[in-house]
Amino acid sequence: MSDAAPSPNGGPLLEAEHLKLYFPVRKGVLVDRTIGHVHAVDDVTVRLQEGQTLGIVGESGCGKSTLARCLARLLEPTEGAVRFRGQDITHWGRRRLAPIRTEIQLVFQDPISSLNPRKRVGQIVGTPLRLHGMDRRAAERRVRELLERVGLNPEHVNRFPHEFSGGQRQRIGIARALAVDPRLIVLDEPVSALDVSIQAQVINLLDDLQDDFGLSYVFIAHDLSVVRHVSDWIGVMYLGKLVELSPAKELYVKPIHPYTEALLAAIPIPDPSENRARERIVVGGEPPNPIAPPSGCRFHTRCPRATDVCRQVEPPLVEYAGGHVAACHHPMSVDEQEVASVTYSPLSPLSAGRLMPNGKEAPAERAPGDAGARPAASGEPSR
Amino acid sequence: MGERLLEVEDLQVSFVTEEGVLRAVDGVSFTLDRGEVVAIVGESGSGKSVTVMTLMGLTRGPNSRFGGTARLGDRELIGASEQELQRIRGKEIAMIFQDPISSLSPVHRVGDQIVEQIRAHEDISKAAALDRAVELMRRVGIPHAEQRARAFPHEFSGGMRQRAMIAMALSLSPSVLIADEPTTALDVTIQAQILEEIKELRAHGDAGVIFVTHDLGVVADIADRVLVMYGGRVVEQGTLDEIFYDPQHPYTWGLLGSVTRMDREPPRRLPAIPGQPPSLLSPPEGCHFRPRCPHAFDRCIEVPPLEARLPEAPGHLDRCWLEVADKRARREVAGRIGLAAAGTVIA
Repeated sequence: MSDAAPSPNGGPLLEAEHLKLYFPVRKGVLVDRTIGHVHAVDDVTVRLQEGQTLGIVGESGCGKSTLARCLARLLEPTEGAVRFRGQDITHWGRRRLAPIRTEIQLVFQDPISSLNPRKRVGQIVGTPLRLHGMDRRAAERRVRELLERVGLNPEHVNRFPHEFSGGQRQRIGIARALAVDPRLIVLDEPVSALDVSIQAQVINLLDDLQDDFGLSYVFIAHDLSVVRHVSDWIGVMYLGKLVELSPAKELYVKPIHPYTEALLAAIPIPDPSENRARERIVVGGEPPNPIAPPSGCRFHTRCPRATDVCRQVEPPLVEYAGGHVAACHHPMSVDEQEVASVTYSPLSPLSAGRLMPNGKEAPAERAPGDAGARPAASGEPSR
Repeated sequence: MGERLLEVEDLQVSFVTEEGVLRAVDGVSFTLDRGEVVAIVGESGSGKSVTVMTLMGLTRGPNSRFGGTARLGDRELIGASEQELQRIRGKEIAMIFQDPISSLSPVHRVGDQIVEQIRAHEDISKAAALDRAVELMRRVGIPHAEQRARAFPHEFSGGMRQRAMIAMALSLSPSVLIADEPTTALDVTIQAQILEEIKELRAHGDAGVIFVTHDLGVVADIADRVLVMYGGRVVEQGTLDEIFYDPQHPYTWGLLGSVTRMDREPPRRLPAIPGQPPSLLSPPEGCHFRPRCPHAFDRCIEVPPLEARLPEAPGHLDRCWLEVADKRARREVAGRIGLAAAGTVIA
């Protein structure tokens, strides 16, 4: 079914450009007044190459799930653009999106509430096939193949979701996503609800499926431990903003944004003596209110390195060696030379300041119409 | 270590269901001293929560059956009357639950809930109790405690709610604090903050803590001793270092292997434990881990006793028939169990 043309001139499979999604906050009984907006996703630019995995990490309320839903076009962004194979699908309606729906599929965090408890597994996995016009016989055969492929017993087609364990239910969700031969699967915390030993099984399965079918993934997670195994690139979000985007391996040895460092430090190491030896930076406080986000750098209220400039100027994303970008006035794990040679990244939010950590001002804004031009910067494949 | 607080011996809990008898906990024994943290580790259905809830008398019901003993000082908890438990709960044993939103009353102010608990056990004025509640909330790191005491639980964030739960649990200075997955529902940076609070408690040496979790990283951070549970039984128990550096049970190896480590190069493929956890209604014969164990052999059809198999570590118990030398050889092959790789020398 994946007969669609490959992306023109090897461009990314999926792009989000200056994507914003604001949820209105309403008040009043008779007259609905909008009293503010939740800045769920606030000007995020990311891209995903065919066959790769983009991990998105952040704590609750950072907008990662909202971003995922915009990318899969379950939600319509307030501003910005979503492009799939170069086509701008930002404001497409339901009917127009239908063919794209087979190419982009979702897997959700909670396998019990994302599977209809009254339907048998065969129906759950088979419905997308029937909806896309496959006849009953062929669909039944395909369902069995799919179940087998995700490691379930094909004889269990007539069972209900409650008869399976958590890990098996997540496999059902994956089989349903695979049914229509997608090119891209958006995985919203697919293993967070599972036991550790089962998490590893599901991650390995996702890994195999990616190799076998050449799938691309957007993988959402709330901490940095799981995404590491699956991602090529990892983006870290904080309060609606992308604060760092890096090749997966590099992020763990060279976190540039203090928030990334804090996320890494917060994960305990399962090794008592190393844990004792390690000096842990525990970031105090909690994420601020996304209705009235702080000025300047949104992390400055909790950041141990914050200074006046952080309170006043929103740091732009700047690019370090290897396409690693971060938005911080006081970057970590980089030496002076590296800081001196940074360049302004076109992934930066439009509202960001021009002041880069090397003290230079980035060259003036391009013409407004040019803001959407495809920047040649980061997010390109590393191999 | 400090004085002995709690002594659990051969605890058995079964539930009679329509489909048969479910043995949730099968022979758990451990002790807790003042100032130490005992971690109970296991996956869903391992019996770790049922164990601690039974100590609080929260699993009682017409279909529950209990066996064994749990002594708190000179009192027996398992057969205690409901009245006696009322006096013990909150005052001598307090509990923090995983989900603070469903364990706080949504229609009462947070401060009042703490006051109510204090006044249920102590004869002091409302004002004095409120002062104490505010002081406790401040101690666990809730900013503007006076105002926050007047707020409702829904006005708190998840981390703050959990702090309020901890403040409530500490309100009567219990000697035993049970924490049932207290950080599982929280973000990692908030988890780190809460773990610091619990470590602080241990440092004060006021209480002994039973910490239930599925996360070995958290265990490494906080525990002094560890019980590993699987399918209702303890499969291994020992000190923190014994469990992490000389694990004896293949399930413990599997658990240690499945954990992702931030400080190491990741493996190309995550080591997973194959199969599913057992159903407690019809558990496998013999060792419960047998069907998933890559090292199982014919003897595993008998249940291995939980006993010390290492002459140098009499407190390190496990339930596995394999010879010790054999285990040490096999687990190296089996994966990346922090040993050789971490450069730790094993005696």
